[in-house]
Amino acid sequence: MQFTKKDILDMESLTAEEITLILDTAEHMKEIGTRPVKKVPTLRGKTVVLFFYEPSTRTRTSFDIAAKRLSADSHSISAGTSSMVKGETLIDTARNVEAMNPDILVIRHSSSGAPHMLAALCKFCVINAGDGTHAHPTQALLDLLTVREKKGAITGLRLAIIGDITHSRVARSNIVGFTKMGASVVVSGPPTMIPPGIERLGATVTYPMEKAISDADIIMMLRIQKERQKGFLFSSEREYARAYGLNREKLNYAKPGVLIMHPGPINRGVEIDPEVADGPYSVILDQVANGVAVRMALLYLVAGGARHAASD
Amino acid sequence: MQLLIKGGRILDPGKIDDTMDILVEDGRIAKVGKSLRSVKKGAGARVIDASGLTVIPGLIDLHVHFREPGHEYKETIETGCLAAAAGGFTAVCTMPNTLPVNDNRQVTEFILEKAAKACGVRVYPVGAISKGLKGEALSEFSDLLAGGAVAVSDDGRPVLGSLLMRRALEYAKGFGLFVISHCEDLDLAQGGAMNEGEIATRMGLPGIPNAAESIMVQRDIALCALTGARLHIAHVSTRESVAAIRDAKARGIPVTAETAPHYFTLTDAAVQNYDTHAKMNPPLRSEEDRNAVWEGLSDGTLDVIATDHAPHSSIEKDVEFDQAAFGIIGLETALPLGLKLVESGVLSLTGLIEKMSINPAKILGINHRINVGNPADLTLFDLNRTYRIDATRFFSKSRNTPFNGWELKGKTVLTMVAGAVVFKEA
Repeated sequence: MQFTKKDILDMESLTAEEITLILDTAEHMKEIGTRPVKKVPTLRGKTVVLFFYEPSTRTRTSFDIAAKRLSADSHSISAGTSSMVKGETLIDTARNVEAMNPDILVIRHSSSGAPHMLAALCKFCVINAGDGTHAHPTQALLDLLTVREKKGAITGLRLAIIGDITHSRVARSNIVGFTKMGASVVVSGPPTMIPPGIERLGATVTYPMEKAISDADIIMMLRIQKERQKGFLFSSEREYARAYGLNREKLNYAKPGVLIMHPGPINRGVEIDPEVADGPYSVILDQVANGVAVRMALLYLVAGGARHAASD
Repeated sequence: MQLLIKGGRILDPGKIDDTMDILVEDGRIAKVGKSLRSVKKGAGARVIDASGLTVIPGLIDLHVHFREPGHEYKETIETGCLAAAAGGFTAVCTMPNTLPVNDNRQVTEFILEKAAKACGVRVYPVGAISKGLKGEALSEFSDLLAGGAVAVSDDGRPVLGSLLMRRALEYAKGFGLFVISHCEDLDLAQGGAMNEGEIATRMGLPGIPNAAESIMVQRDIALCALTGARLHIAHVSTRESVAAIRDAKARGIPVTAETAPHYFTLTDAAVQNYDTHAKMNPPLRSEEDRNAVWEGLSDGTLDVIATDHAPHSSIEKDVEFDQAAFGIIGLETALPLGLKLVESGVLSLTGLIEKMSINPAKILGINHRINVGNPADLTLFDLNRTYRIDATRFFSKSRNTPFNGWELKGKTVLTMVAGAVVFKEA
């Protein structure tokens, strides 16, 4: 099949076939990263702008490495050093970047919908590297790749996502992505952090957490942000860890061979105990490794690897 | 000076519905009857051919923001009045959240001076409940009244303190003013950008629950019962608010309420694709809420349709959704959107005109009927004309409407205030 999407904005807009193509492409890309010379000329002459309005270590580095392994030229813009601090609007910044004729813009932004706004306005390809509390499609894709690698397939699996669902773009994209690929998704956490209507995205809400993880093939723990205490969403980190943290004791409820995932950065001792994070079921670092491969696949596919090949 | 409006369907709810003529003399209605002729010899009367048109008491909007003084790049009193006239409105109530705030007589008088130089649409300023809309101290109601204010409200910045609201109601009562309440518990609504629910969850936007509105509606009804003062609840959007107002009216509490065209036309589904032109406060709600608003309009719980005309420029709207300003303009689309309710059977045509003209006039204490001796404030519209909304042709300075491109039925052809034509279709 051919990949024809201009932008990667969210998991809703990708079909199951497109997701499979991205994962298959990522598998090929992964091999490049294991070579002594980790570089191919595929995207030579292409310009990728990394437009990060929010702090990021993993995603930004991962995109940067992905672009370089494909020989694209990558450039970074971050909020603190951009004209945004001078009061320039997002649209104006984007139009100025567009005038420099990049091929792909990778954007992370604290406002939900920001990448959609740019995609509708600009001619470059937009890849959403996380927008507000809306979507983080590349994270969902690397999670899907990791699970497919470890379990062989996604259909029929059960994913439990635990934590602050309300503020998690990772949760939203994974609920949509995993259900689209034939898995079932259950969410749990403090009811203060379970948003209304989440069932309509395809997830089942289950309390308590022990019950939610008991028949799961994959447990995905979400980062809890300390500042959420201000909105009365939970009382203390100590209590959060006790009630909703994944520790060895709670792991007893899980199936043998369960995969433990976390999008990072992790709060050791809060939502996940160090011995679980570093334990035998954890695939947290595999997720990070797969992130590079998935982002290489996406850059390749939207930069017209496929589209151009067809017209050549 | 005579003016003869000939052959229109004269519709004055509960009084007249017949093809007749209206003779206007010196700005007032001089005669209403069949086959009238101008009586003056010589120059004769100007004749307006109203055949095929419906002639109604001019529309009155209890809730507009004209942005002057302070934000003239969004709207001025002049452009706001032109937009009102084009929409069939002969009078508007301007909310006090200008810069400076209309919390004193000087600002009220400034607004009225500007209005006197505008196209002629009547402007009724609403003064602030609290100085600077800060919710800390009452503004000088009697001075505002003397300057020409007709009501008080802290619209846009709700009165959070229950004691202040109680005192405002009591204090206003002493001067015969009524209080317009923007009901919103800011604490509960905190940071919300749209209606709380499935769509907000899907879009990753912080939600504003229905309760943020209805809690305050219930509080203000309780204070209205306590004080016996006249309370008007602005822009009702939720089913719980409709139920609370219905119940209050059944108990004889002197409360009236309005909703806006967007609440009976759209739901939060309009926000999809992060359309900032569908962002307003209170937010567009669910289907159930919209149905409740229909019921409230139909059974009389909601007395008034007001636009909450809130102009914003591209500076406030062409930005990230959560950063965008709340509010949409409404004067130039309200009548055809209201007529959709007639088409769908929610209201009769008479009922619609009551909500957009007769009831607002009653609340303002204006004799607004098509009676001999009354000022000729009239709107002539074509009930059957279908046309496409083109925001670039609006008289308003702003373009922030979710209805651009909509095909709607019902077009204002001529608007008249005190016998003077303030809008005539080109």
